[in-house]
Amino acid sequence: MSSANGNLLEVNDLRTYFETEDGIVKAVDGISFNLRRGETLGIVGESGSGKSVTNLSIIRLVPNPPGKIVAGEVVFNGQDILLLPAEEVRKIRGRRIAMIFQDPMTSLNPFLKISRQLMEVTQLHLGHTKAQAYEHAIKMLETVGIPDARTRVDNYPHEFSGGMRQRVMIAMALSCEPELLIADEPTTALDVTIQAQILELIKSLKEKTGTSVILITHDLGVVAGMTDHVIVMYAGKIFEQAKTAGLFARPGNPYTKGLLRSVPDPTAEQGQLYQIPGSPPDVAHLKPGCPFAPRCERAEEICHREFPPFVELTPDHHSLCHFAQEVFAASDGATNS
Amino acid sequence: MNEKSSQNPDDRQSIEPALNPLGEPSGWAETHHDPDVIALGPEMAVAEADVRSAEDREFVRGSSLWRDAWRRLLKNKLAVFGLIVVIAITLASFAGPTIIKATLGITPDFIPSNDVKLIKSFPPFTGVNGEFSWAHPMGTDNAGRDQLGRVLQGGQISLFVGIIATLVSLLIGVSYGAVAGYVGGRLDNLMMRLVDVLYSLPYVILVIVLLSMFRSQTARGQLILLFVALGSVSWLTMARIVRGQVLSLKNQEFVLAARATGVSTLRIIFRHLVPNTLGPVIVYATLTIPQVMLTEAFLSFLGFGVQAPLASWGSLASDGVQNIAIFPWQLIFPGVTMALTLFSLNFLGDGLRDALDPQMRTD
Repeated sequence: MSSANGNLLEVNDLRTYFETEDGIVKAVDGISFNLRRGETLGIVGESGSGKSVTNLSIIRLVPNPPGKIVAGEVVFNGQDILLLPAEEVRKIRGRRIAMIFQDPMTSLNPFLKISRQLMEVTQLHLGHTKAQAYEHAIKMLETVGIPDARTRVDNYPHEFSGGMRQRVMIAMALSCEPELLIADEPTTALDVTIQAQILELIKSLKEKTGTSVILITHDLGVVAGMTDHVIVMYAGKIFEQAKTAGLFARPGNPYTKGLLRSVPDPTAEQGQLYQIPGSPPDVAHLKPGCPFAPRCERAEEICHREFPPFVELTPDHHSLCHFAQEVFAASDGATNS
Repeated sequence: MNEKSSQNPDDRQSIEPALNPLGEPSGWAETHHDPDVIALGPEMAVAEADVRSAEDREFVRGSSLWRDAWRRLLKNKLAVFGLIVVIAITLASFAGPTIIKATLGITPDFIPSNDVKLIKSFPPFTGVNGEFSWAHPMGTDNAGRDQLGRVLQGGQISLFVGIIATLVSLLIGVSYGAVAGYVGGRLDNLMMRLVDVLYSLPYVILVIVLLSMFRSQTARGQLILLFVALGSVSWLTMARIVRGQVLSLKNQEFVLAARATGVSTLRIIFRHLVPNTLGPVIVYATLTIPQVMLTEAFLSFLGFGVQAPLASWGSLASDGVQNIAIFPWQLIFPGVTMALTLFSLNFLGDGLRDALDPQMRTD
């Protein structure tokens, strides 16, 4: 089943547009990346940069209307998901590609017991009987560290705390042992200590089951600790793509540098936090040049005029910038906040 | 309240050691101490506080929304009154005629033939010779039938009509509204315009037309027609309510989460969304029952509804109103019974709404 080059997922030139009254919003505009089995990919970017839409596109859950996947392919295990009939995609969802959402407070059905929600997945995909599914649900809750799982399984979501609900979500996502887990900002709604626990849990379960993970976040710290590769997205495009270590050590894009500088550093005695000036562009009305140019410190005249090239800095480090080489060279070891 | 909430964290901590099957000491155990357990959203937090003040220990076992609602309902005196009256009248209606037959040997449609007097209609508590008697506590009607038996039997039919029509409205209205709301787009538009069209027809006239077009020869056939006619118009508001609920629910993340786990559309609608609309649906259903009963009474009053020898409160009132000057009890008893029942059902419906809608709560 697996494609020849060992990639679990290949996304090629994916374009997802939204038709709004304001014009066509190119939420995802020509994204390509590969994900190998067992690897973790981080997708970073500001709000509205197209991270979530990319991942909803992978399992074809983009709300339609107004959203539409207009081009590209999503090759999962050698099959283009975008060409499959809806019924087939439904069988993949939850079974082979699972998703964890941002807000555990709202992603569990408040009216159904935890057991019902966990059982539904395995009854659906693994053909479990009620009794099997129930036992499996308890087992999964134990796996994700819910204490006293046997009694807790019959609770309602409101009787769980945020962190525990996110554990339940993870249990649900992993109950069919999917090959790919997409975690869409899984820790954003949680406080820092719980964040660490959840990330640690995802990491350990990933190692145990060999699941590939796509981790969407806007937290660079999370990316650093969790991922093998990173994609930096801005305005629906990939701005920089690299191995995690490489990206942090030697960013090749002014935007990435800006993001790295924006991370508060408790040890530095800075008076003020750095922030990238301006705000993300309106993706419905992009100007011909680089979308980041108006906010970029490095911008020159060409940036406002021409769309930048996707420059290969090293075989696995690419950057979308007219001056990628120079930025890359300049950040060699010197800049690191 | 303060005292209660301060003792709760202790409660939870005290069960903590038992909740440690994996033996992982630190880390996640904190999750459990986390005050988040109760800081869930304003509604739920208040709801839980309620539960805890009532029975502190029960909290650990968990309490459903329904148990909270039930507790709040019991605090509402009018609703409890309504509930008791509704239950009493329902029981009396269904068991009453049998009991009367067993004790007095008369059925509601028994017309005494050996009566010597020309006037067959006795005032309440009056026997054949004008003396006090328990034989007819509500008197008799102008054919000499026992009024109490008639009222109770009428109650059977009135309640039956109300309940059946409401069930139909639940069945059709909920599925129709849920499908329209979830699917959305053109189908939603089409389905809801159909509802609008049906709405704009004056439904009493529609029912009258239906009833007179398919006029049945037997009393029972007429009754079934009445069920159909009332049921076919009573689901419209229900469909709108459910659609509105589903519209607001379908963009919530748990629906996306369900879709992301591969749950089918039909299952999402009926297993995930419909249970979430149950609160308003129950409230509205409770309020539909008196509404339908009133319509039935109105139709029977006009002579379109229940036919003799069957009786409903409407048809009894209709009979009674003809003799109102001479035999006022023939109107008063069915009228008062019906008013009392409708009152109680409305109180109950209001109480349920308050109990099930956390935003409306005052305490």
